[in-house]
Amino acid sequence: MEVVLNKKTKVNVMSEKKRNSLINSILFVFLSVGAIFMIAPLLWMVSTSLKDKQDVFALPPKWIPETIHFNKYIEIWEKGPLLSGIINSLTVAITVTVVGTFTSSLAAFAFAKLRFPGKNKIFLLLLTSMMIPYPVVMIPQFIMFSSIEWTDTLLPLIVPGLFGNIMMIFFLRQYLNSVPDSIIEAAKIDGCSYFQIYYKIILPLIRPAIAAQLILWFMGIWNDYLAPIIYLNSPEKQTLQLVIANFNATYAIQSDYPLIMAASVVALLPMIIVFVIFQKQIIESIAISGIKG
Amino acid sequence: MEEKITQKSSLYRKEKIYAYIFISAPVIGFVIFTLFPALYSLYGAFTDWNGLGQMNFIGLENFKELFKDEYFYKSMYNTIFMMIGIPIGVVLSLLLALALNRGVPGTNVFRVIYYIPVISSIAAISILWQWAYNGDYGLVNQFLSVFGIKGPNWLQNVHTVKPALIIMAVWKGLGYTMLLYLAALQSVPKTFYEAAKLDGANAFQTFWYITLPMVKPVTFFIVVTSIIGGAQIFTEINVMTPTGGPEFSSASVVWYIWQKAFGNFQLGYASAMAVVLGIFIFIVTYIQFKLNERSTFDMD
Repeated sequence: MEVVLNKKTKVNVMSEKKRNSLINSILFVFLSVGAIFMIAPLLWMVSTSLKDKQDVFALPPKWIPETIHFNKYIEIWEKGPLLSGIINSLTVAITVTVVGTFTSSLAAFAFAKLRFPGKNKIFLLLLTSMMIPYPVVMIPQFIMFSSIEWTDTLLPLIVPGLFGNIMMIFFLRQYLNSVPDSIIEAAKIDGCSYFQIYYKIILPLIRPAIAAQLILWFMGIWNDYLAPIIYLNSPEKQTLQLVIANFNATYAIQSDYPLIMAASVVALLPMIIVFVIFQKQIIESIAISGIKG
Repeated sequence: MEEKITQKSSLYRKEKIYAYIFISAPVIGFVIFTLFPALYSLYGAFTDWNGLGQMNFIGLENFKELFKDEYFYKSMYNTIFMMIGIPIGVVLSLLLALALNRGVPGTNVFRVIYYIPVISSIAAISILWQWAYNGDYGLVNQFLSVFGIKGPNWLQNVHTVKPALIIMAVWKGLGYTMLLYLAALQSVPKTFYEAAKLDGANAFQTFWYITLPMVKPVTFFIVVTSIIGGAQIFTEINVMTPTGGPEFSSASVVWYIWQKAFGNFQLGYASAMAVVLGIFIFIVTYIQFKLNERSTFDMD
């Protein structure tokens, strides 16, 4: 009986290996087709941006234009406030992430490692802000900022973020749970102040977690649309996403699709580059956020 | 002995003070930018607030009007309708993750490619798809014409505008959920599968009794966050169908709130809508948590 079983499994293993590689090649084909669907619209965007007006409306469409025109990539800088859009987006995203990361990590340190009354209650209270959708707070926020004449400036987009981000606090706190308390006790005995403990011990320890969260937050701000559209009116004050949306609204009427697509490519490229460079960290931090959440 | 105690308590007091300083920024930020505005919205919902004149308390007037407003119903219907994309995305991304988890060659490249739409800005993606959905020259109809199908003018057609937005949303979100599933699948202990194999379980049984329950927490996370996000869909609507679509067929709740608040300055009315949306999100999330709790209990 045993022998028969053994033989059987051996045969199974052999054929299973073959079957496995067959299945894998079939899956590879499916995944490749899927990948084409994922990437095709983006390639189409790049292709359109390099066409002249006739080629855009050519039937059947051409993936590679007959003559490649780069002139739209020069025109976009003159036809709309693209440069100021990039500068505004960078100003908001960098200020918020740098200052906000500091305040968030400091708070995460306190929530994870310091003892004080009401710790869990305060933390839970902060967590409820994740449950309150932005549309619920946006109208009073708008009135608040317009009463101090901050509308049409970048301040309403920057200032709230400076106070930290509960998502980041949450994940850094989780991360800090794996840091033994004894390190902090030892530092205390050595006469470190609490800020020194944060700065000299905690910060270096949680750097990878901070980097991952910072990139995600940066991308979130860079891609934000609803808050900027509420606050920013003048073209030169707008963030990049609004600028390209306005390109779209203005030049679609003139059917200048190459111009619109060129502007959109410019808006997408920085994030794609950041993603390809930090691919590993980004993917890891997202995977962690899903499992922990 | 006495000295020691006072020393300890002074140390503790110091710790306490520093802790409160360290958490002060997020707490102050929470009070100013979340708690106060949220309460103010709640109050504003019961007033005739228009941003200029006085706010007069009008009781339930806004809510009464809201539940007679056919545009509100339409926008609510549209918003919920477009959530059809969530189960589609969940199934597709789980299949993709299962495929990638087998160690298909090129896994890393696939992961990056599927993820690019996720990191791309929704505004740029909306612009791109608006062009792709163009009735005459768009990529989508060009592709369909290969199979002899004459595609509609997607975004100008009452029946196709929502499916068009759903397809785009699935395309954009697929990489994210796939990644979450992949991470979950990789954390399933190999011994579970080996044990199932020894017990003679077939591939489907293994999937149904091991994989699916093991990735359930991730499925729960994806569904909850997708519904919260889906309830707030705005940018694609604003960019692709600036007027809310043909016959208001693509306007979402947040789009309608935005229009009422910043287009018509009916701030009280818009606040009432925002409050309803907030309550809707809360209830749906709460139900999901309850269901999740129950089915987890059943499993044990």
